[in-house]
Amino acid sequence: MNTIFLYNFSGLALFAIGLHGLIRSSHLLRKILAANLMSSGVFLIMIVGAYGTDKGMIDPVPHAMVLTGIVVSVSATAVALALVCLVQETTNRVLLLQKRKKEQGRRTDA
Amino acid sequence: MTSVMSFFDIMLVLALPWLGWRLLASPDLFRAVVLFISLGLLMSLTWVRLHAPDVALAEAAIGAGLTGALFLSALRRLERMQDSERRLDYAEKREEERQAPPARRRRSKPIAYGLALLLLVFFLVLLGWSLVKTSVSPGGLGPAVTGQMGQTGVQSQVTAVLLNFRGYDTLLEVMVLFLAALGSWSLTRIRQPLPEEVAAPVLASLVRLLVPLMIIVAGYLVWIGSSRAGGAFQGGAVLGAAGVLLLLADVTVVRQIPSALLRWALVLGPLLFLLSAIACMWIGGNLLEYPRQSAGAWILLIESATAVSIGVTLAALYAGGRPLEPSALEEAGEVASESGGDEGEGE
Repeated sequence: MNTIFLYNFSGLALFAIGLHGLIRSSHLLRKILAANLMSSGVFLIMIVGAYGTDKGMIDPVPHAMVLTGIVVSVSATAVALALVCLVQETTNRVLLLQKRKKEQGRRTDA
Repeated sequence: MTSVMSFFDIMLVLALPWLGWRLLASPDLFRAVVLFISLGLLMSLTWVRLHAPDVALAEAAIGAGLTGALFLSALRRLERMQDSERRLDYAEKREEERQAPPARRRRSKPIAYGLALLLLVFFLVLLGWSLVKTSVSPGGLGPAVTGQMGQTGVQSQVTAVLLNFRGYDTLLEVMVLFLAALGSWSLTRIRQPLPEEVAAPVLASLVRLLVPLMIIVAGYLVWIGSSRAGGAFQGGAVLGAAGVLLLLADVTVVRQIPSALLRWALVLGPLLFLLSAIACMWIGGNLLEYPRQSAGAWILLIESATAVSIGVTLAALYAGGRPLEPSALEEAGEVASESGGDEGEGE
């Protein structure tokens, strides 16, 4: 029972850290990393739910759901990364709220 | 023994959020990605501790390995674009990244950040509360699955859930992966390797040794999936990793794969899955209701086809975009519209 509580706590903490990073970080790549952390937290809580149900009996349904989730999250990550590359290609920016590169170039020259 | 194991559990439980925190706090993106990969490996250890070997295999191969490779290749692509800009060099970018966000926040938006933080904490307390309060029925769906195992044609419960009881979910999942490949192909083109990126001879010979072995392992994983941990996704992930290695070593065979073959390999799994789902209706059941006697054979057939497609899709996602065809770019446009038609069929 103790183990279950610990792993649940860990999953919740991972989710929290990911959500915080998603709000806080301005680099798009780091936002995607944060979203991946959140999904890891959710998976952890689901698998703990499957483990904690009964002694010796493991519920296979959450396992199958998490397997599906891992594949879906890698798909989403791949498309998001392609979008980030496209964003930089067209706007020259990867940080949200970042000023245009021209102004920055002047600033770094100065 | 139990005390050792619980010590291990506690270390693992503490290491996961700590690594997550370090990862998001590190100013260097490359380091963040490396930490992300190690976090994925620790997650995989956690799955083993929680008696989920199927998930552990998938996490190690897809969650840690391939996602990490995707991040690294995207990072390199971004840096190369910045290098070609010649406005900011890498060190300055890192420096700016380290300084800019907190400075901006401190200067202009402390209240907004505080509010967001408050909302976050409130939300998390609610989540934790609901987690404590949720009562899971003893055994979950485990007994129900165990009771019906005789009809599924496989011995592994996870495979039975994935491909028999909830085959519809897996069909849609395969479609999602296919859509991701389509999305990545329509957004970007494959990146050309720079002349200085020629693979080292050691890597080339290592790849020559590893790739046949990985293909055998992938086949084994698909085959053993019917009775133990393993299955189409794990096997497909190993195939995808072999593809990534081939791309890294820049083996000439990979460049010479005809585009049509590549596209068919991408479509094979989803198409076969869909056709067999419809065939089940034709034979006289519901969608994806396999005939009782030959359910195992159906599942193995579907798994083999999807494993190939998953491997090719993951490698294509790593390659990052539509392959270039210097000889016939116009023709590529035509074939792309054709594959769009295939997708319409898939829907």
